[in-house]
Amino acid sequence: MNWLIAILQTLLFVALAPLLAGWLKWCKCYLQNRKAPSLFQPYRDLLKLTHKQPVVAEQASWLFVTAPYIIFSATILAASVIPLIAVDLPTSASADVIVMVGFFAFARFFLALAGLDIGTAFGGMGSSREMTISSLAEPAMLMAVFTLTMTASTTNLSGAIAHVLNSGLVLRPSFVFALFALILVAVAETGRVPVDNPSTHLELTMIHEAMILEYSGRHLALIEWASQLKLMIYGVLIANIFFPWGIAETFTAQALGYGLLAIMGKLGLLAIFLSIAETLVAKMRLFRVQEYLGFAYLLGLLGMLSHIILEASR
Amino acid sequence: MILVSAYCAVLLSFASGLLALLMNQQHILLTLSQYAVKKCFNDAGHRQDWLNKYLEERHYPAFLRLAVFILLGLSGVFAVLAGLAVLITQSVITDQIALGLPWLPWHVRFDCLSGFFYLIIGIGVCAVSLYGPGYVHSNKEKDHPFAVLGLFTGLFVSGMLLVLLADDAFFFMIAWELMSVASYFLVAFQHEKSANRRAAFLYLLMAEVGALSIILGFGVLASFSDGFTFDALRASSLSTTWASIAFVLALLGFGMKAGIVPVHVWLPEAHPVAPSHISALMSGVMLKVALYGLIRFCFDLLGDVHWQWGVVLLILGTLSALGGILYAMMQTNLKRLLAYSSVENIGIIFMVLGLSMIFMANGHPQLAALGFLAALFHAFNHALFKNLLFLGAGIIHHQTHELNIDMLGGLIKRMPKTSLLFLVGCMSISSLPLFNGFVSEWLAFQTALQVDVLDNGVLRSLIPVSAAALALTAALAAACFVKVFGLIFLGQARSRNSGKAHEVHDKGMLAGPALLAGLCFFIGIFPGVIIHLINNVSSQLLGATLPDDSTLGWLWLAPVSAHQASYSAPLVLIGALIAAGICYGYLRRNPLTVMRRAETWDCGFGGLTPRMQYSSSAFTMPLRRIFASVWIIDEQIYKDTQGAMNQDVAAVHYQLHIEDHSWPRLYRPIACGVNSLSKQVGRIQTGNIRTYLGYSFATLLLLLWVIS
Repeated sequence: MNWLIAILQTLLFVALAPLLAGWLKWCKCYLQNRKAPSLFQPYRDLLKLTHKQPVVAEQASWLFVTAPYIIFSATILAASVIPLIAVDLPTSASADVIVMVGFFAFARFFLALAGLDIGTAFGGMGSSREMTISSLAEPAMLMAVFTLTMTASTTNLSGAIAHVLNSGLVLRPSFVFALFALILVAVAETGRVPVDNPSTHLELTMIHEAMILEYSGRHLALIEWASQLKLMIYGVLIANIFFPWGIAETFTAQALGYGLLAIMGKLGLLAIFLSIAETLVAKMRLFRVQEYLGFAYLLGLLGMLSHIILEASR
Repeated sequence: MILVSAYCAVLLSFASGLLALLMNQQHILLTLSQYAVKKCFNDAGHRQDWLNKYLEERHYPAFLRLAVFILLGLSGVFAVLAGLAVLITQSVITDQIALGLPWLPWHVRFDCLSGFFYLIIGIGVCAVSLYGPGYVHSNKEKDHPFAVLGLFTGLFVSGMLLVLLADDAFFFMIAWELMSVASYFLVAFQHEKSANRRAAFLYLLMAEVGALSIILGFGVLASFSDGFTFDALRASSLSTTWASIAFVLALLGFGMKAGIVPVHVWLPEAHPVAPSHISALMSGVMLKVALYGLIRFCFDLLGDVHWQWGVVLLILGTLSALGGILYAMMQTNLKRLLAYSSVENIGIIFMVLGLSMIFMANGHPQLAALGFLAALFHAFNHALFKNLLFLGAGIIHHQTHELNIDMLGGLIKRMPKTSLLFLVGCMSISSLPLFNGFVSEWLAFQTALQVDVLDNGVLRSLIPVSAAALALTAALAAACFVKVFGLIFLGQARSRNSGKAHEVHDKGMLAGPALLAGLCFFIGIFPGVIIHLINNVSSQLLGATLPDDSTLGWLWLAPVSAHQASYSAPLVLIGALIAAGICYGYLRRNPLTVMRRAETWDCGFGGLTPRMQYSSSAFTMPLRRIFASVWIIDEQIYKDTQGAMNQDVAAVHYQLHIEDHSWPRLYRPIACGVNSLSKQVGRIQTGNIRTYLGYSFATLLLLLWVIS
């Protein structure tokens, strides 16, 4: 039963990711006085891409063709360990939060290799920048996550969220710091403004897009879907770790229904905040990113230290 | 029985060294064999043919090489067997050999800790001896005699094995020196280049300084005990100050061999110049022997560890890990890069070992066992994947005659098997899930997250910071090995040599790395196998096992408790296969959407050349700019101008030179100091006989005065 729910929840995760992307685009268009495409446009795009014939560069090796599948399944695995509508998932036990960060690293490793495989300057540029940014973002992310895991004294995400849920509404200074650190990291890792702009193909600023420039057809669909999934994963992490209320603790239909509504509401709100931020903030220069991520790391560190100094039980 | 196979391993490696000496004695062997055959058999006809076939000019060298490596491989197999046997039975075997000094026979002790490192050496030696025959085949006998290589390889391996067996300080130091000096000759093997001789001398110098420091460390211990056997040293009780002095001496000595910052400088010099299978042994295995020495010295001989030592190890380890990977990132020579990456991995091991000491000293032996487990597991993993990567680098060098990663590229199509093996190595070292490097890093994080049990506030905030440094190290390592794999195997060939490369024909050269790659994957999926063995080591050495070893199944890895943290690689693998399988099957069902090949998009300008690709220095440029103060960067751009008013740029020359901070900050002052000191001493040597007579007279007077 638990396993079934875990699998269903993962499928739901995968299915909802394009919707979140559509909603985000819709909010942004609305804020920028543009006419928004339908909420379901990302689904149509994905469907269209899967029906097209993929064109692969002559230079490409097997790695280029396999990478999308690897990236997509690694991202799905990362999604499967995160409680979306219910806690107490068996999948959270098979891979804890450190493994989840490892899945992201796995996907990124192959994405960067795929960027280098074609042997164009764009791919190399994207890979180099992506690896730089992610290697700065990863410690900040782990710092924020460690604050959570040390508070809950478990690295199991289900367990940690259940701990936060059961301890009621407590204002922990460490969590405030960790929340902001995680938000900054999430923006950097999912390639949003101000670190990267997903909607341009301007060579000076491209990061993520530069790596996937050569992809087309179903390969592009998988990568696009994986990045939508990644956005949703970070959204769910922020929503469910810091505001876990509403998530189902028992596997009854009613609780699960409420859980689904709650997470959709939370993600909808987060997307609105993100789109407001994206509308207000301009993109940074590449070499300002380290200050931005350094700040995120500092916030994570402050969160950790305030946990150790203020909150630990001695 | 176990001890016999342990001895067999030593003897076989020794024998392989001696056998290599017969390389140039072909004619003597020929006459001897003819003589023997004539004496013993009357109808010597076909036997003679059979023998002659092997002793013939053409076949003899290849046959002898094969024999030498078979002996070496057997020694590796025996080492693995002995190590596994002692780990499974958890026994302690002691023995004495009547060699050495008359009143001090060699004491031998083979326990779980030695057994575990025996296992590491055994696997490394097995892989190398599969790889060796093909690799040395192309060496020119006149320039690089196999006799030298084989002899010192054998001595080197037997030296390492003897270090693990030693149970008294004399025997330990003899074995240690055998290992150091034999490896010096191996580093100096390609001695025709002056840079190689210099690297070898630097290695010898640092090895000997380290050995002196270890001797002093043993000396401190011995002065508080009655003898040089490890049993006597264990029984000695030292004051905190003396124990700390002994610890610092041992740390310096073993750390110099292991290559922690700032005494790491010999590694990036010595590893690239040795033959690849030797650098694989040195980096994958010898550094572990140094680690063994440190563990034996601190946890076993000194007995009760202090938390301050743990802090020292933690800080040094963090510095080495970060420094190692940042320096590795900037290298363009593949083997130099791998050498720096060894510094990083040794740093990680020291970090976790430091955590283990801190927990031990604070009265949490089970958490200490967890840290110990993470450290030894990472040592094991590093031995596997670094061996693999060095052997892979050897194949690349063998096929392309190129180690500069800016000159390679596109090898994935020309060397598919090598590229796959190398990819496994890169993924393991970047600690990606499903591979072995990840498991030990995960254990290291789990150890660091147990910091809540400590009382000391400083420690409780220091350890998470070092955990974050570990995270940064892991992420940088991933970036570094994306660079390595991406530039060497992907893209287009950057030079003619790499454009014309082809896969190795020798099966052994692929079998050695394949063995290691297979182990990397297997251990990554079923880490419980090794964790059980290490648990036995820590129960024998620390007297404590993991907090909850009941949950240690083949499926689940839950080192503290199932509630706190768990990881199940088999389930993850199954999940990944299902997810990838479904989308692969679903998306490729339509025959109309079969893949089409087309020209690479070139922005409409036409003519993509290999020079347009990102190079190593371009790839690491963002990081070089961000962490600029870590290196001494000398970056110069010259422009050749031409035309009217020198307005047109005809060519641009770019030079990048990156140096380690430790040379100008630490080593050059020391070298200058030694130089000027020896000049001062040189002053008393006037070369004048009257002055020397005066010295003798003064000395005589002084001695007479002392005696009276």
